[in-house]
Amino acid sequence: MTYIPISPKERDAMLETVGVKSLDDLFDAIPAKHRFPKLDLPKALTEMEAMQELSDIAHANENVRGDLISFLGAGMYNHYIPSAVDHMLRRGEFYTAYTPYQPEISQGTLQAIFEYQSLMSALTGMDVSNASHYDGATATAEAVSLAYAQYRGKRKKVVVSPTLHPQYREVIRTYTQGMELEVAGDDANANLESNPNDLINLVDEDTSLVIVQYPAFFGRVYDYTKLIEAVHAKGALICVVANPTALAMFKTPGDMGADIVVGDGQPLGIPMWYGGPSVGFFTTRKNMVHKMAGRLVGETVDNRGQRSYVLTLTSREQHIKRERATSNICTNQGLIALGTAVYLSLLGKSGLRQVAELCYQKAHYAAAQLSQIDGMGLCFTEPFFHEFALCVGRPVDEVNEHLLEHGILGGYDLGQDYPALKDHMLIAVTEMNSKEEIDTLVEVLSEMSHD
Amino acid sequence: MNTPANLKYTKSDEWFDPATGKAGITDYAQSQLSDIVFVEIFVEAGDTIEAGKPIASVESVKASAEIYSPASGKVSAVNKDLANKPESLNSDAFGEAWMIQLEGGSAGDVMDSAAYEKYCEERTH
Repeated sequence: MTYIPISPKERDAMLETVGVKSLDDLFDAIPAKHRFPKLDLPKALTEMEAMQELSDIAHANENVRGDLISFLGAGMYNHYIPSAVDHMLRRGEFYTAYTPYQPEISQGTLQAIFEYQSLMSALTGMDVSNASHYDGATATAEAVSLAYAQYRGKRKKVVVSPTLHPQYREVIRTYTQGMELEVAGDDANANLESNPNDLINLVDEDTSLVIVQYPAFFGRVYDYTKLIEAVHAKGALICVVANPTALAMFKTPGDMGADIVVGDGQPLGIPMWYGGPSVGFFTTRKNMVHKMAGRLVGETVDNRGQRSYVLTLTSREQHIKRERATSNICTNQGLIALGTAVYLSLLGKSGLRQVAELCYQKAHYAAAQLSQIDGMGLCFTEPFFHEFALCVGRPVDEVNEHLLEHGILGGYDLGQDYPALKDHMLIAVTEMNSKEEIDTLVEVLSEMSHD
Repeated sequence: MNTPANLKYTKSDEWFDPATGKAGITDYAQSQLSDIVFVEIFVEAGDTIEAGKPIASVESVKASAEIYSPASGKVSAVNKDLANKPESLNSDAFGEAWMIQLEGGSAGDVMDSAAYEKYCEERTH
């Protein structure tokens, strides 16, 4: 069949086949007055005029590539992206990627996904990775579904750390509506100073999963090994939500004994855009692979004995397993996942570690300087990675407005999610922030504290 | 197609052996599923189960099926080796690949081998 839109001849053939005389007859069921409603639209523009208008609108935005110095993180981070990432993503073979059901014509896409899975497994220290989810929040919600399926719905409680990203906790609640699950551990008056090991007190025999973040939402880094042992002793599973950049520098959750490791892949070569699209990585242990949602590419050999790649274990997915599947979402973020794989391949193990160390060192320099400002101070004393909570002693939106006047995008207002942290902002520092930029931030905030 | 005369059969293609109390899926079921790659048995020894309730889940390279108990009774044993050898369901559905064993099990809505053979033939045509 040729792919040519209808000519009058084909249109008439189709009308005859469905048994109507004309196009008007076909649309007879729609009242005439609704067929062509008068739309109140401005006069049509030429391409040149439209381009000018859209360009003007686009220029009203300020971005972090030149316009603003950014110290905003809280889930999305401003990292350097090698230009080869974008060039690879724009290749036609990848750009139009669709689910590679036919391995005989999709080896490139399948191999790229396989490489992505291998990289994610190595980074998290886990056995197996799926082909990705929408973002870190949805990957975390899928971990809840996996644990629910693993215990066949018999354990109805999920314990989440209050220092798991607030939006991730919201997405978990959205995803699990109707599952009659209890999500515990993050009520408004939860003690933010407490050690995550204390979460074990909430774990009982009805608990399927415990979720902690690494580094936690306020940037603090904990070794969860003991918590994981204690959770396992109670027969539950544990999911660690990890920042992939940090994994290049710290002990992997896999080494700590985690059952599931998920996170947002955006820091790995994906722009912040306007908060998405992103990619959620999802890794787990081999014994749970049959309960894992999402697509999975495996390596095999073809009929000539050559190495090849194929979607594997598909019968656990919803298009086959229907209502008994772990999840009814098996969409992956193929293109964005490929972007992270390209990024990781370009940087390599030592390159990613270098990025992580730069983030760490610069964030610690910034924290040391900022904590010396009168009326400001760090909230927590635990080790942190590239993000920290700073008390600014006045409303954060006021501070951020002032910073913006100086071309600085300030930190995330923690008071909006944690009433106890009113007047506290979460500051992120990456390799993109020069010493001069950090010094400018310190200077502007110092002046402000003297006002 | 193999349908031993000493067994009882369900419409959802499970078998039950009234003499031993063992149960599993039929030869017809395994041939319809094709290569079986994963088996998970939900029930444990000591559980009391009712006929018609799900006891296991089976995945093949192209399909997935829920397995229902052909009889009611108390589970006395579960074939724990099956999880590591799901392919034995294809090679020996009535023998090595039994799924559960019931103590004093009473068959649910079952038919004899002649009726089951006829029932399978009807579906093949």
